[in-house]
Amino acid sequence: MIMQASLALLIAVASVVCDAVAGTLVVNANTADPAPRAAWEELAARFQAENPDIELRLNIYDGESYKKSIRNWLTSAPPDVVYWNAGYRMRQFVGPGLLEDLSDLYTPAVKASIHPSALDLVSVGGRQYGVPYTYYPVGFFYRRDLLQSAGVDEWPRDWEGLVAACVKLKAKGIEPFAIGTRDLWPAAAWFDYIDLRLNGLDFHTELMRGAIPYTDPRVARVLEYWRVLVSTRCFSRNHASSSWQESQALVYTGKAAMMLIGNFIVPNFPADVRDRMEFAPFPAIRPDIGRFEEAPVNTLHIPARARNKDDARRFLAYVLRADVQEALNKATLQIPVNLRSAVAPDRFLAQARDLLAKSDGLAQYFDRDTSEDLASIAMKGFQEFMMYPDRLDSVLAAIERARQRIYGSAPGAGIPK
Amino acid sequence: MRTRHGSSTVILLAPACLLFALFVIYPLLRGVALSFYDWNGVDAKVWVGLGNYRELWADPVFQTALANNLRWLACYAVAPALGLALAVLLHQRLRGMRVVRSLFFMPFVLSQVIVGVVFGWFFHSRFGLLNEILGAVGGPHVAPLDSERWALYTMIVAGLWPQTAYCMILYLTGLATVPDELTDAARVDGAKDPSLLRYVVIPQLRPVHFVVSMVCAVAALRSFDYVMIMTLGGPHNSSTVLGYYMYEQTFLSLRYGYGAAIATVLLGLMSCIVFMLLWHLFYRERS
Amino acid sequence: MFPFPLERRPPSARAAYRLTVGATLVVWLLPLAAIVLTSFRSQDDLNRGNYWGWPSAAGILDNYATVLLDSRLPQFVLNSFLVTIPAVIGTIVFASMAGFALAKHEFRGSRVLLMTFIGGNLVPFQALMIPVRDLVIALGLYDSRWSLILFHIAFQTGFCTLFMRNFIRDIPDDALDAARVEGAGELTIFWRIVLPLLRPAIAGASVLVFTFVWNDYFWTLVLVQSDDIRPLTAGLQSLRGMWQTSWPLVAAGSLLAAIPPVAVFFVLQRQLIAGLTFGARAAR
Repeated sequence: MIMQASLALLIAVASVVCDAVAGTLVVNANTADPAPRAAWEELAARFQAENPDIELRLNIYDGESYKKSIRNWLTSAPPDVVYWNAGYRMRQFVGPGLLEDLSDLYTPAVKASIHPSALDLVSVGGRQYGVPYTYYPVGFFYRRDLLQSAGVDEWPRDWEGLVAACVKLKAKGIEPFAIGTRDLWPAAAWFDYIDLRLNGLDFHTELMRGAIPYTDPRVARVLEYWRVLVSTRCFSRNHASSSWQESQALVYTGKAAMMLIGNFIVPNFPADVRDRMEFAPFPAIRPDIGRFEEAPVNTLHIPARARNKDDARRFLAYVLRADVQEALNKATLQIPVNLRSAVAPDRFLAQARDLLAKSDGLAQYFDRDTSEDLASIAMKGFQEFMMYPDRLDSVLAAIERARQRIYGSAPGAGIPK
Repeated sequence: MRTRHGSSTVILLAPACLLFALFVIYPLLRGVALSFYDWNGVDAKVWVGLGNYRELWADPVFQTALANNLRWLACYAVAPALGLALAVLLHQRLRGMRVVRSLFFMPFVLSQVIVGVVFGWFFHSRFGLLNEILGAVGGPHVAPLDSERWALYTMIVAGLWPQTAYCMILYLTGLATVPDELTDAARVDGAKDPSLLRYVVIPQLRPVHFVVSMVCAVAALRSFDYVMIMTLGGPHNSSTVLGYYMYEQTFLSLRYGYGAAIATVLLGLMSCIVFMLLWHLFYRERS
Repeated sequence: MFPFPLERRPPSARAAYRLTVGATLVVWLLPLAAIVLTSFRSQDDLNRGNYWGWPSAAGILDNYATVLLDSRLPQFVLNSFLVTIPAVIGTIVFASMAGFALAKHEFRGSRVLLMTFIGGNLVPFQALMIPVRDLVIALGLYDSRWSLILFHIAFQTGFCTLFMRNFIRDIPDDALDAARVEGAGELTIFWRIVLPLLRPAIAGASVLVFTFVWNDYFWTLVLVQSDDIRPLTAGLQSLRGMWQTSWPLVAAGSLLAAIPPVAVFFVLQRQLIAGLTFGARAAR
C-alpha cells in the first residue's frame, strides 16, 4: 500500500518534470459537440503542423462538466489554455488574478480586426485577458409559411406588430412562441431583449452589475410588456416541463410558429422544413433606442498558474488569425469574431453576421452577464412569472431581496460580495 | 486497544480504517468546517459562523426540499418489499434463470441519466406516452411535470425502478445463504410454503433487511440524479430535494459555504435515520 | 417460488412458473425497451417530436456505430477496467478483514467504529469534492488512476464493511473456536475458514461495488483531467452537447456501457444462488 503510494507519487512527480521539459501544451476545451469537437481537433492538428516543436494535448469536456471543473483548475493545477466566456464571466477570474494578461497579443492591427464589442468584452481596464474566437446571435427563428397562413406577410417591425402577429396566429390555432423553460435560461432571453429595447444597453449593463434594484419602475415596465404576451397565452403550453430541445419540435410540426433562441438551432432544422424557416432580430420597441443584440462570445485564456505560457501565447495568437477563425467557424457554423473572416455559405449565418456587425453593442445573455447566484434565482422567477403573470410584483421583490444579499443594498454597489 | 486477539485485530482493521479516515472522514470534517464560511471557490473564505445555518432555517426552498426528501423516503418503502418479492420469485435453479436474473438486474446498472430522460418523456405533457395512452382510452390529459404537486412523484417512480433492482440483488445474496437443509427440515416438520417463507426464510434474512432498509433510506435522502435530469427542482423549486439544492448552491450559485451547510444538515438527517436503524439492529443482536 | 424448489415439481408447475416470470419480466423491462428504442432513433426523429413511434428507417444502427467506432472508446473501456477491478478487489479484501474483526473480535469501541464506517458512507459526494481534491493534490496523486482507485476503495469500504460484518456474524463461533484451540492464528482463521464461507456475500458485494465504481462519473471529473486516464463514464458524459444532447446517442452509449456490470453479475450468480452447504451451519 505504502509502496504503491510512493511509487505513484514518484511517477506523478516524474511526469510533471518530463512535461515541463518536452514543450507540451495542455489545452482543456469545452467543445464536446460533434461539429465543434472535430473543428477544434482539426485546428489543433494544423497548429501542430505549423509548430512541430510543440506537443499539443487537447482534452475535450462537455459544457456542464467543464463549468464545474474550471474553478478547481484555475485555483490549483491548471492546464495551459482554458476555454471560457467573455464579459462578466471572464472578469470574475481577472479580479482575483487567475488569468494571464494578454495585451501583448493585441497589436493595433489585431485590435482593428476584431469586432469592437467583442474586444471590449475581453478587456478590463484597457488590458486584454482573453482571445475571442466565436459569437452567435440570439434571435427569432420562425416558420414563414405559418405566419403567412395567418395573414402575417412581413416580419413585425415593432412591438405592436409582434402582438398583432400573435393574435392572428392564435386565431388560426397556432401557438405563437415555442419555448421550453425547464432549463430556465430560454426565458431570460425575453427579459434581456425587452430590457435592451426599452431601456438600452447601458441600463442593462448596470442592472446586470447589480447597481439597479429590480423593483425599479423601469425593470417593472419590462415585465409589464412581457406580461401582455404571457396573459394572452402567446407562449406554448406546459413550457415549464420542456427543455428548449423538446420545444423546437412544436415549430417543425407546425404547432407553433416562432422561437427566440440562439442560432445553434439551425443545424437541427429537418430537411423538409429548412426552406420555410427564417431568421429575424427582435423588433424595436422604442425608436430612439439603439440596436443592441444578445450575442454570447466564447473565448480562450491562459491561466495565471499555467506552466507553459510561451507556447500557450503562440496558440492563442494562432487562434486570433482571420484564416484560422474562418476555418473554425465554417466547420462549427458559427460566426468568427475576426471581421476579415468569411462565414460558411448559409443564409442564416450571413444574416446573423450582418446583424451583429451593424449592432451598436452586445449583451452576453442574462446568465453570463450577472452573478450566477442572482441569475439562478432570477431565472426561476422568470419561469414563475411566465406561469403566473399576476405574481409580477412578488417575483421582482424576491429577485431584489437576492440582489441585496449578493450585491449589498447601497445603491450603485455593483460588486458582488 | 485491548482485545483478546491482540495485534491481529489491529492488522485486520488497519487498511480499511486508514483509507477511510484519510479519504472520507477527514474530508467530511473539512466539509463541515466549510459550512461556517462564505466562499465562491475563487476569492478568500469569509468566516460567518452560524450565519449559513440561520439563513437555511428561514429559507423556504430548504423547507420544501426537506419535505420532499421525507416524501421520497416514505415512497421508497415500497422498494424492499418489491425487491424481496422478485428475489423470492427468481431464486430457482431452473435452466435459463441466470439470464432472466441478469435481465431483472439491468435497471440498476443503467446510467441514471438515461433512465430519468426516458421516464421524463413518458410523463411529458406534449409528447408523452402516458398522454398518448390516456388519449387512446378517452382519459384526461395530464402534465405531472408541470405540476408543483406531482412533479416530485414522477421522479420517485423513475427512481423506484433501479432501486427495486438493487434491493432484489441484496435479497438474492441473502437467500443464497439460507441452506436447503433448513427449509427441508421445516417442510418435514409439516410447514406449508407460505408459512415457510414467513417464519423460516424471512427471519433468516435479518442481516439483509437492515442493509436494504438503510440503502433505500440513504438513496431517498441522497436523491439527486433524477432531479437534475427530469425537473431541475422545478417548476420553480417545488420538486427540489436537499441533494439537488446543495448541488445548485455549490455549483450553480457558487455559494460553497451555503452548500456545505445544506450538506451538513443532510448528513445529520441521514445519520439520525441510519442510527435509528442501527440501534434497532444492535438491540436485536443483543437478544 | 423459493422456497419450494421447482426442480422437484411437475412440469405443469414449472410451465406456470416460467409464464409468470416471463410476464413479470416483460413488464419490468418496458422502460428498458423504451431506452433501446430510443437508441435506434436519429436526432431528427426527436426534433420532429417522434419520441414513441417507430424510428425512421434511415440509420437505425448509426448511434451504435458512432459509439463503437469512436477512436477513444477502447482507451475509455480499458481505463474503466483499470480503475474498477483494483477498486473491487481492494474493497472486498479490506472490508472482509474489517468486517471479521468487527463481527468476531470484541473490543471497546467496535460499535462506534462500525457507526463511523456507516456514517461516512452517507455523505453526499458534493460535500467531499473540494477537500478530497485538495488532499489528492497534496499527495501528488492528482490526475492519476490511483487517486480514483484509492478513493473508491476508501468510500466503498464503509458500506461493504457493514455488509460483511453482518454476514460474518452469522458464522457460528464453534467452528472458529475449534480452530483457535488447535492453535490457528486469527489471520489464518480469516483466510481459511471465514473467507470461503463468505462466497455469496463476496459475490454480491463485488457486483455492487463493480457497478458503483464502473458507473461513477463525479470523481473522475474531480480527480482526473487527462483524456488518457478518463474512463468510460467521462466518455459518455462528453456525448452531452453544450446546448443540446443527442439522447439517442447517449442511450446507445449507456446500453453498451451497461454490459460489463451485467456480465459480472451473470458470472457471479452461481455464487449467489448455489445452495451452499455451510459446513458449520449443517452441523447446527
